[in-house]
Amino acid sequence: MKEIVWRLGRIFLTNGIKIITLLLAVSLISFILVSASPTDPVRQYILGLGTAISPEQQAEIEAYWGVNEPPVERYLSWLGELMRGNMGESALYRRPVSDIIGERFMNSFALMLCAWVLAGLNGLILGCIMGMYQDKWPDKLIKKTCYLLSSVPMFWLGMLFLLVFSVTLRWFPIGFSGPIGVLSEDVTVRQKLYYLILPAFTLSVMSFSNIALHTRQKLIDVLNSEYVLFARARGEGRWTILRRHGLRNILLPALTLQFASFAELFSGAVLAETVFSYPGLGSAAAAAGLNADVPLLLGVTLFSTLFVCVGNMIADLLYGIVDPRMREAVK
Amino acid sequence: MKRMNRRTKALAVSIAAAVVFLLIYLLGILIPDNAVASGFLQAKLPPSWEHPFGTDALGRDLLMRTLKGLSVSMTIGIAASGLSAVIAACIGIVAASGSRRADAFISWLIDLVMGIPHTVLIILISFSLGRGLKGLLVGVMATHWCSMARLIRGEVLQLRNRQYVTMSRRLGKTECWILVHHLLPHLLPQFFVGIVLMFPHAILHEASISFLGFGLPPEQPAIGIILAESMRYISVGMWWPAVFPGLMLVLLVLLLDRLGDNLRIVLDPYSAQE
Repeated sequence: MKEIVWRLGRIFLTNGIKIITLLLAVSLISFILVSASPTDPVRQYILGLGTAISPEQQAEIEAYWGVNEPPVERYLSWLGELMRGNMGESALYRRPVSDIIGERFMNSFALMLCAWVLAGLNGLILGCIMGMYQDKWPDKLIKKTCYLLSSVPMFWLGMLFLLVFSVTLRWFPIGFSGPIGVLSEDVTVRQKLYYLILPAFTLSVMSFSNIALHTRQKLIDVLNSEYVLFARARGEGRWTILRRHGLRNILLPALTLQFASFAELFSGAVLAETVFSYPGLGSAAAAAGLNADVPLLLGVTLFSTLFVCVGNMIADLLYGIVDPRMREAVK
Repeated sequence: MKRMNRRTKALAVSIAAAVVFLLIYLLGILIPDNAVASGFLQAKLPPSWEHPFGTDALGRDLLMRTLKGLSVSMTIGIAASGLSAVIAACIGIVAASGSRRADAFISWLIDLVMGIPHTVLIILISFSLGRGLKGLLVGVMATHWCSMARLIRGEVLQLRNRQYVTMSRRLGKTECWILVHHLLPHLLPQFFVGIVLMFPHAILHEASISFLGFGLPPEQPAIGIILAESMRYISVGMWWPAVFPGLMLVLLVLLLDRLGDNLRIVLDPYSAQE
């Protein structure tokens, strides 16, 4: 027990240091990139105000934003404020960035969680089917589908689903996270779920093939092993073997793979949210980039990096702690 | 007729795919601009013999636009994947043959780039370079070198411990000589196959980013832009501008995948035993 705690602590520590250095580097790089942009954020901010502005007022805003200070100083003061939890105010939505990220992340989180669970389960089940029927028609069919899906752009699949399920069949709404004309506070959980189904399904379809192919390979390896041969000789049936020997070997690597795929998940969410006009973090990132909303763009970049890093850390933890073989190896 | 063996078949498929690919590319370039001129009399026409893919809201023929768009996407895909493959090769070789500190730094750099979701990173880069073609190219380039650099690093690390490499080192050959005479011949086929396999991926990324509104200006009919425009008319049941260009994109990507796989069979000596 003591060793496990020690090991856990070490994984947390190394990963924590790695995450901090990565976040610092990302903040620096994104700051440099944003500073290099030819789009002037001050002008964009003034345009967003919607009123004419006197040169004195403009100078005041520029002084407040610190546009004329040297970049190093600007970076350090931004970083200092960031440490205190102040991410600045979004020029597009006129609200603190941390509020927007918090609120939109909840939407995105619901979407990504549904898609993540769905993709994991589907991938696992289809992978098991492929492995059980290796080189027979179910295997070939599903494998072809997996390869086909990796060639399909995610947003186009979303558009097709919209066309089929929303426009033609009218089963699902065309977009947004709640009915139009209803305040966001009044939208019920059921309505939210109803609006979530199609985007989450699209996102999950795009990400299950990886896990399915991985599971297939793993299961085939297991089925070719000597202990499965022995089990078969003892008279165990296919499904008993899958339950007793297959799943136990497959589940953990599959789960680790799922946690390590947060980057793709977030990338996909940006596109899915744009197609379905779903008010999540991804569509906020796209809007921030299009409207030169620098504070929001920086905030989303940092936040999404943190999200990915946490996923990777969980994958590491799972690998090092839950896997009995790794645990034994430490002893 | 004698049955072709696997290698000949792979070669034939590669050549055929490359020819189709070139044909689409040339068609896209050669189509004159007035073929995609707008005409309000024939706006929003569903597919017919005259316009196989139908026309869009401005009356432009969608088949012509799609072909032009595919060739634009291909140009960007070729440039981006070629450049990022070169970066990957340099970085991979440096990581594997340089000092341990350089290796650690490069691994950290790869972790860094993989740590930011690619779409977000491309949005950031595109914003930094003022959108447009340059931002798109650099963005796709910056996000695609990682996995190939890792692959090449692993390969070089393995090769460096082979007997013939240690032997020539003992014989007093310089690292540079070993690189050129022993490592590069091994890496080159992998490098080319890597480019071709990266290529469809780059095109898909390019399409996604143009779809989000970064990247090319609306006058240049990249596939992503055509699809983004069609989004506006999806709710009124105009399905053809959304379906056909996307389908063509998928077919192109499948074709390129096939090309890459077959090229690997032709170029990679190890795959002969598979």
